[in-house]
Amino acid sequence: MAALLEIDNLLIDARTDDGTMVPIVKGVSFNLDRGEVVALIGESGSGKTTIALSALGYAKPGLEFSGGEVRFDGVDVLTMASEERRELRGQRVAYLAQSAAASFNPALTIGEQVTESAILQGRMDRDTAYQRAEILYRALELPDPDRLGRRYPHQVSGGQLQRLMAAMALCGKPDLLVLDEPTTALDVTTQIEVLRAFKSVIRQEGAAALYVTHDLAVVAQIADRIVVLYGGEVQEYGSASDVINRPNHDYTRRLMSAVRPPPEAGQYAETTGEHRREVPALEVRNLTAGYGTGNARTAVKVLRDVNISVERGHSVGVIGESGCGKSTLARVISGLLPAQEGEVRLHGDTLHPDLKRRDRSDLQKIQFVFQMADTALNPRHRIDNLLGRPFEFYLGLTRSQKPEKIAELLKMVELPPDFAGRYPEELSGGQKQRINLARALAASPEILLCDEVISALDSIVGANIIELLKRLRKRTGVSFVFISHDLSTVASFADDIVVLYAGRVVEQGSTNKVLAPPYHPYTRLLISSVPELRIGWLEETMETSEAKAGIDRVVEITEVGCPFFNRCPLAIPGTCDKHVPPIREITDDHKIECHRSDEEFRHWASA
Amino acid sequence: MLMAAVLRRTAVGILTMLLVSILIFIGTSVLPGDVANIILGQMATPESLAELRSKLGLDRPAYIRYFMWLGDMATGDLGISKAGSGAATIGTPISELIAPRLTNTLRMTAIVAIIAIPLSLSLGLLAAMYPGSRLDRAITFTTLGLISVPEFLVATFLVLVLAVHMDLLPATAYISGRETGLKLLKALALPTLTLVIVASSQIMRMTRATVLNVLSSPYIEMAILKGVPRKRIILRHALFNAVGPIVNVIALNLAYLVSGVVIVETVFSYPGLAKLMVDAVQTRDLPLVQACAMIFCATYILLIFIADMASILSNPRLRHPK
Ligand SMILES: Nc1ncnc2c1ncn2[C@@H]1O[C@H](COP(=O)(O)OP(=O)(O)OP(=O)(O)O)[C@@H](O)[C@H]1O
Ligand code: SF4
Ligand SMILES: [Mg+2]
Repeated sequence: MAALLEIDNLLIDARTDDGTMVPIVKGVSFNLDRGEVVALIGESGSGKTTIALSALGYAKPGLEFSGGEVRFDGVDVLTMASEERRELRGQRVAYLAQSAAASFNPALTIGEQVTESAILQGRMDRDTAYQRAEILYRALELPDPDRLGRRYPHQVSGGQLQRLMAAMALCGKPDLLVLDEPTTALDVTTQIEVLRAFKSVIRQEGAAALYVTHDLAVVAQIADRIVVLYGGEVQEYGSASDVINRPNHDYTRRLMSAVRPPPEAGQYAETTGEHRREVPALEVRNLTAGYGTGNARTAVKVLRDVNISVERGHSVGVIGESGCGKSTLARVISGLLPAQEGEVRLHGDTLHPDLKRRDRSDLQKIQFVFQMADTALNPRHRIDNLLGRPFEFYLGLTRSQKPEKIAELLKMVELPPDFAGRYPEELSGGQKQRINLARALAASPEILLCDEVISALDSIVGANIIELLKRLRKRTGVSFVFISHDLSTVASFADDIVVLYAGRVVEQGSTNKVLAPPYHPYTRLLISSVPELRIGWLEETMETSEAKAGIDRVVEITEVGCPFFNRCPLAIPGTCDKHVPPIREITDDHKIECHRSDEEFRHWASA
Repeated sequence: MLMAAVLRRTAVGILTMLLVSILIFIGTSVLPGDVANIILGQMATPESLAELRSKLGLDRPAYIRYFMWLGDMATGDLGISKAGSGAATIGTPISELIAPRLTNTLRMTAIVAIIAIPLSLSLGLLAAMYPGSRLDRAITFTTLGLISVPEFLVATFLVLVLAVHMDLLPATAYISGRETGLKLLKALALPTLTLVIVASSQIMRMTRATVLNVLSSPYIEMAILKGVPRKRIILRHALFNAVGPIVNVIALNLAYLVSGVVIVETVFSYPGLAKLMVDAVQTRDLPLVQACAMIFCATYILLIFIADMASILSNPRLRHPK
């Protein structure tokens, strides 16, 4: 019997601005059998999504199929009549997009969107479709399944929406699922749950799947076979265990080495403690902050009683799940969001809480590098213009002094000098992030606040930016507050780690201490949720007690007691939910906020 | 949340209206010479001026005059024309002067709206549904040309071509109020055409941009990939999200039309409200100027309010809070 999907020498071209066509998929061939999961892996721009979409006979605007065949169940979908192709979509082949938040129509209910395709294609009547949707909600372990369909997309969380998209895809009982980076945007603890749900549903439904991702560790959990892509060509194609355990191709090995190793104590050579006795470069004391108008008592509190100090030339990593207040912390330090209580000190001097009231030299010393390089750079300004402004504003340089400084700056972030004449859209994601960094460095700051600076980049490009940051720190002596939801990224760069949960610091200390037992229960959950490049890891992890207790529960901001109570395997009812936990100094550079004692942690860790 | 947003908008609308009334009042007070001056003209002696002023209440402090005026306005008493638009109209109640003019203006704008809205909506929608097509390019090109030309140039150009060169239509749109049928139509044709051209090119462009924006969003691509038929994609997925912004665009453009009306009525000497106001400025008939300005500003603010409401009501996050 022929394979379910046969991609045969596929060629796809892109139309450039001047109207010429350039090939972006260059003769790709592979097969996918019934009931099988095939992963397409490669970095951004390697053509993964483009190839995956060809299984639905779809090319994004500006792209054109220029050769080859894509046979689904023996029929070429590229040459089908458009009506036939429409019936194929949603009914036999279903698509799960990278961003569920963008792919759900904000104006229609979840139920309507989940069942729409199945009803329109005449596969089921309305009632059957809604019943099936409900069964899928249950299978995907979504909350409140009997009423979920009546809600609107903005009324559920990101992780739930991602699973709802799986329900939407599966509702019409398709033979083939095409999944495009379905977990990339999620927190580790959510990702692991979504991955498990996908895997078990795919198995239950007997569907085949084409799984697109750049994350080899994720692939190892879910794929039967792997296609490695680079520059629109297949580099390697084989069973998952062969490709992972015996990679043949050079590029595959590079991909594997860019998989950030699971965070472990000792992997990071600590900067010597010689600065420790000086006044810290930056200090945050008893900080409470939040949003909303009104006075300190009525406003929403996002951060509570946070204490952090950053030594000169050191980097402090801030880690936690989405919504825990990481960006808020950076905004308070920079003065964008004035604190409600507590203070921020620079070299021992208290800064005014409000950015607008700080003087220019204080502003110059603290610079912010934003999460989204794309939106942070004004597309209408040329690079030299973007980089020239801080020179003018902070250092008062004249027009004639600027070009030399700009060239210096570009060199610092390892870009060629002729980039000065380009516009942001002419740069790749990694290059944009370098420009973004250069702009912050132009002010010669003492503190750099980096908020998720590599989260939007693929692993190899991201690893290069981290290397650059390390060199910059050595050369300029800048201190970093490095924010990320990815523990491995933080572990590869930070001297100290601050673990934030629901706006509280639950653990902090030097990187080696935080990543070794004793752990705060939340830190342990985070560490164990980072996928490992090992087949079978997912199943093993889901069996552990912390996973069972804590994965994919929502963060609840509580007024009293320990915020982690509802997810904690060690929780002591009656104590943890009633009293704020004490701060335990395990060593002088390692603190844990928990009711459990050091001995109890150690006992738990060895269990 | 929704209720709060609506109430806030309403409050802002009323507040703006009050501010505008203060500005209008101040603006008209700084004009040199008051009504008493104008009425008495050459014959003014200091004594007669003072007497007339006290009779008209002009000698009271400004803020009292403001509140008196505002109170009268609010109760529908627009006051009495103090100078009138000619010697014959001195002493006529302003509402009587305004009524026929307002009817004329409303008639013209109604015709403009009835033609411009459906025309520009359908063309804008078509252009968005077939981007890059010949139709789309034609529409984009023409509308871009038209919006960069000010109203009075459009009007002058139309007069040159249709009235002077081809002699099809009268160059002015003066009507006495007794015209009917073809004659009325002919008189209205040029001012209406000017406004239709100006308003529709804006609405067309913005409709096209709005719908294109919605159509290029990921959830539309998702619907295509789910095999949803094109008709349903447009009618259920896209239009649902585009209605709010489109109503917003229409209301905003009708608001801009207010200033267009002033220019067009002047150029064509069309006896509408705007023409009345311009004439009143020339004769320094301050109460009349104030009344006309208030009507224009109120219309403008009301339309902006409608535009705001449309975008608030079409936001699902506000309609269905968590
Ligand atoms: N402008 C705002 N007004 C009200 N609440 C806000 C605002 N910005 C953020 N919040 C809330 O504050 C909390 C913390 O947000 P913050 O952006 O600091 O999270 P984060 O840890 O950076 O998350 P992520 O990893 O998703 O970027 C969240 O509950 C969020 O909903
Ligand atoms: S205080 Fe209690 S609930 Fe909180 S982390 Fe410690 S043991 Fe768990
Ligand atoms: Mg953030």
